[in-house]
Amino acid sequence: MCLAIPGRVVRLLAAELPTAEVAFGSIVKPICVALVPEVQVGDFVLAHVGFAITRLDEGEAARTLAALGELGDLGVLNGEAAP
Amino acid sequence: MKYLEEYRDAEVILRLAEQIRAATTRPWRIMEICGGQTNSILRAGLLQLLPSSLELIHGPGCPVCVTPERCIDQAIAIAFREDAVLCTFGDMLRVPGSDQSLLGARAAGGHVQMVTSPLDALQLAIREPSKQVVFFAVGFETTAPTTAVALKRAQVTGVENFSVLLAHVRVPPALEALLGEESRAIDGLLAAGHVCTVMGTRQYDSVAERFELPIVVTGFEPVDILRGVLRCVQMLEQGEHRVANEYRRVVNTGGNPVAQALVDEVFEVVDLPWRGLGTIVEGGLRLRSAFASYDAARLAIGPALSAGGPERAARATLCKSGLVLAGKIRPTECPAFGKQCTPRSPLGAPMVSSEGACAAYFKHAPKGDAAQP
Repeated sequence: MCLAIPGRVVRLLAAELPTAEVAFGSIVKPICVALVPEVQVGDFVLAHVGFAITRLDEGEAARTLAALGELGDLGVLNGEAAP
Repeated sequence: MKYLEEYRDAEVILRLAEQIRAATTRPWRIMEICGGQTNSILRAGLLQLLPSSLELIHGPGCPVCVTPERCIDQAIAIAFREDAVLCTFGDMLRVPGSDQSLLGARAAGGHVQMVTSPLDALQLAIREPSKQVVFFAVGFETTAPTTAVALKRAQVTGVENFSVLLAHVRVPPALEALLGEESRAIDGLLAAGHVCTVMGTRQYDSVAERFELPIVVTGFEPVDILRGVLRCVQMLEQGEHRVANEYRRVVNTGGNPVAQALVDEVFEVVDLPWRGLGTIVEGGLRLRSAFASYDAARLAIGPALSAGGPERAARATLCKSGLVLAGKIRPTECPAFGKQCTPRSPLGAPMVSSEGACAAYFKHAPKGDAAQP
């Protein structure tokens, strides 16, 4: 539940609540960006329970994603319990 | 490239462990407060790399573990209503309430829906106007802003069949309770990096000052954790009592002001019992009066709210989760660990939560330990 995962904003969606399509490795999910309204395409964000909670540095994001991918943690995005 | 990364990481980890060993001249006890950190430490076998004079204690950094039992009972009562659907994060499904878990309630016909976001619950409410859709709002300061967004959205769009069963908890007050004990056995703290992305690091300044200890904001990867431990040891050796940020690339002192403002608008601070730890002053959140109509507690009525029978009393005697959450014992020191208490049949929350210390030890403890299933 602490778990927040870095992803890359690939598209801003025209929705009533500010939303973006965010890529976590090869998985793309709609993420609410109401908490980081200044986010742009290409930015990296930290996602938690379907929301971006902060923006972060690209290098760090890539590194963390690689580590998570290896540990199988990306499953949490689909509601699986963390390994 | 991939293997090079791994190798470099292993090298970095060993080098950090060496630096920690060199820096530690006295026994220190450092508490880490994030369930995700606990898991990472166990998974990577970091405890074995630390000098024996350095003790890493696991704290109450698992919101699922500290959700009051009564809240689970209320959630179950709501699930059994004909007119209601209880939406919950997957993590909460197996946690035992007084009588049963939400999973047990679902098996018995309760309306329990797993969601991965509070917005899923709001969407369900919009799709099912004849149902009372209740979101079980569990989590720390990282999660409270997301509940706030969902509530504001419900208010703005006039969705009246959506409500929240609030169980959001605030970490600094719990830390102050632990640090304020007379027999305090904590010299330094590792604060949770992701919580701090929302709240910033300023909330810990007064804690460090008042209780005279170093607090190091730390990430959750093994390398990050060791960096946090090293910095904490260095500060302990120097007698530095302040906050240091070892997760600077993600965390800044101010945190996320948009998120903080939203939380402030929707919630106010309240005293709350943390499961296993007793009432924590200002340890929780409740809805402000402008949002009072979204409080699902009024829907929680019925037999599921009984105090539970002799089974619960027996479980309560055996379960030492309070001591584990307060860092007073390791999970493996609990007599029931791996015997009466396993992830499949947990006595308490830390054995069944994905961020619980007991579950982490059960899964990752070294071979030859009682943990092996």
